[in-house]
Amino acid sequence: MPNPTEAKRILEAALLASPEPVSLADLRRLFDDQVGGDTLKNLLDELREDWSGRAVELVSLASGWRFQTRPEFQPFAEKLQPEKPPRYSRAVMETLAIIAYRQPVTRGDIEDTRGVVVSTQIIQTLENRGWIDVVGHRDTPGRPALYATTRTFLDDLGLRSLQELPPLEEIAKTLQLEPAPAPVAPEAANEPAAG
Amino acid sequence: MSEPAQLPLAGRVARLYGEPFIEIPRDLYIPPDALEVILEAFEGPLDLLLYLIRRENLDILDIPMAPLTRQYLEYVEAMRATNLELAAEYLVMAAMLIEIKSRLLLPRPPAAEPLEDDPRAELVRRLLEYERIKKAAQQLDQLPQLGRDVLAVSVWVERTVAERLPDVNPQDLAEAWRGLLHRARLSAHHRVSREELSVREHMSGVLRRLQERRVLEFGELFDPARGVAVLVVTLLAVLELARETLIEITQSENFAPIYVKLAHAESH
Repeated sequence: MPNPTEAKRILEAALLASPEPVSLADLRRLFDDQVGGDTLKNLLDELREDWSGRAVELVSLASGWRFQTRPEFQPFAEKLQPEKPPRYSRAVMETLAIIAYRQPVTRGDIEDTRGVVVSTQIIQTLENRGWIDVVGHRDTPGRPALYATTRTFLDDLGLRSLQELPPLEEIAKTLQLEPAPAPVAPEAANEPAAG
Repeated sequence: MSEPAQLPLAGRVARLYGEPFIEIPRDLYIPPDALEVILEAFEGPLDLLLYLIRRENLDILDIPMAPLTRQYLEYVEAMRATNLELAAEYLVMAAMLIEIKSRLLLPRPPAAEPLEDDPRAELVRRLLEYERIKKAAQQLDQLPQLGRDVLAVSVWVERTVAERLPDVNPQDLAEAWRGLLHRARLSAHHRVSREELSVREHMSGVLRRLQERRVLEFGELFDPARGVAVLVVTLLAVLELARETLIEITQSENFAPIYVKLAHAESH
């Protein structure tokens, strides 16, 4: 087994050479599985430390570790790009949010939440990006497809698991509606005048 | 009574209603082309309702249905007036709002009241869920996204590694060289066949010497100083001359000297 400094160099080379996240299992194969999981994680943490303060950082994602540029340098990287990457529309992002937070869901579930028809194009956009896929079918008439988010989705958003998603904001503490005879009464009284 | 809480809204409603059907509300007074943009910005009836509720600072858990329904219908009417393609969901929601409003108008039997669900409950549940998802979508959009906010690093090495070139080691070079040598040896073999000419050459030489001396002792034909190759070729030449009966090789008895002479010498 190489000494820690050599081992870190080997990891660095393997990770720099791969644009895809490299799994811990693959990284262990670099050392013919002679390096334990804990040791490997320590080495990776050290390597991440070594790279702190650089324009490139080592991140841990759902499917492994990857070197990537830091977000603050994106405006500069874009100056060299002929076209900027398009932003996804609100419709796409809301659909994605429903699938991410409520998975697995059918298209019907998404439509119920958004209150509008979900176009095939929106689903396709997310499928083509590799962020969602069909994980099954609900046992109801029509057997609608159940959608869930993929590992690529987590990787591309810099997450290790769904638990790292931003927490859903509690807009109202409780959904429980009071029978509230008091508010209803005056409103009911107002209704004839209004309607 | 929650009368004070209702007052501002009621006042506003009254004022609005005080001038009915004259024109669209002030906050809807937008240049027509701008209106289209605004209306298209809504992601659906729930989004529009949320906008109205939040703009008016209404309590989402206690929605005053009458003003909300009226404003909603005004927007829908504006959409239709601008020939905007109006999604069916907007009309379904309009029908739902009107239904909820009318159910609120019905007097409730006091005994049944605690058990009866608020007709607005389902709408409120959907509005809250939609708002939650809407906020979540915004937060998701703020996460650094691969390809948009961050780029995966791949150094140039990766491409050259990807193109697998055959490995070459010194052993292979040695093999190649040995092959070359072998083929060179094969062609060298042809040069050996040309050596036959030199046998012929020595045959002539032997004959020439026998012309001068008639008879030579066998050993005299050879000149060891010129090397083994020449000795061999000379022997081959002598044997070939004997085979072609151009010379005669004689020996009177065992271990006696061997003599070589021209075959036709005596016929002369």
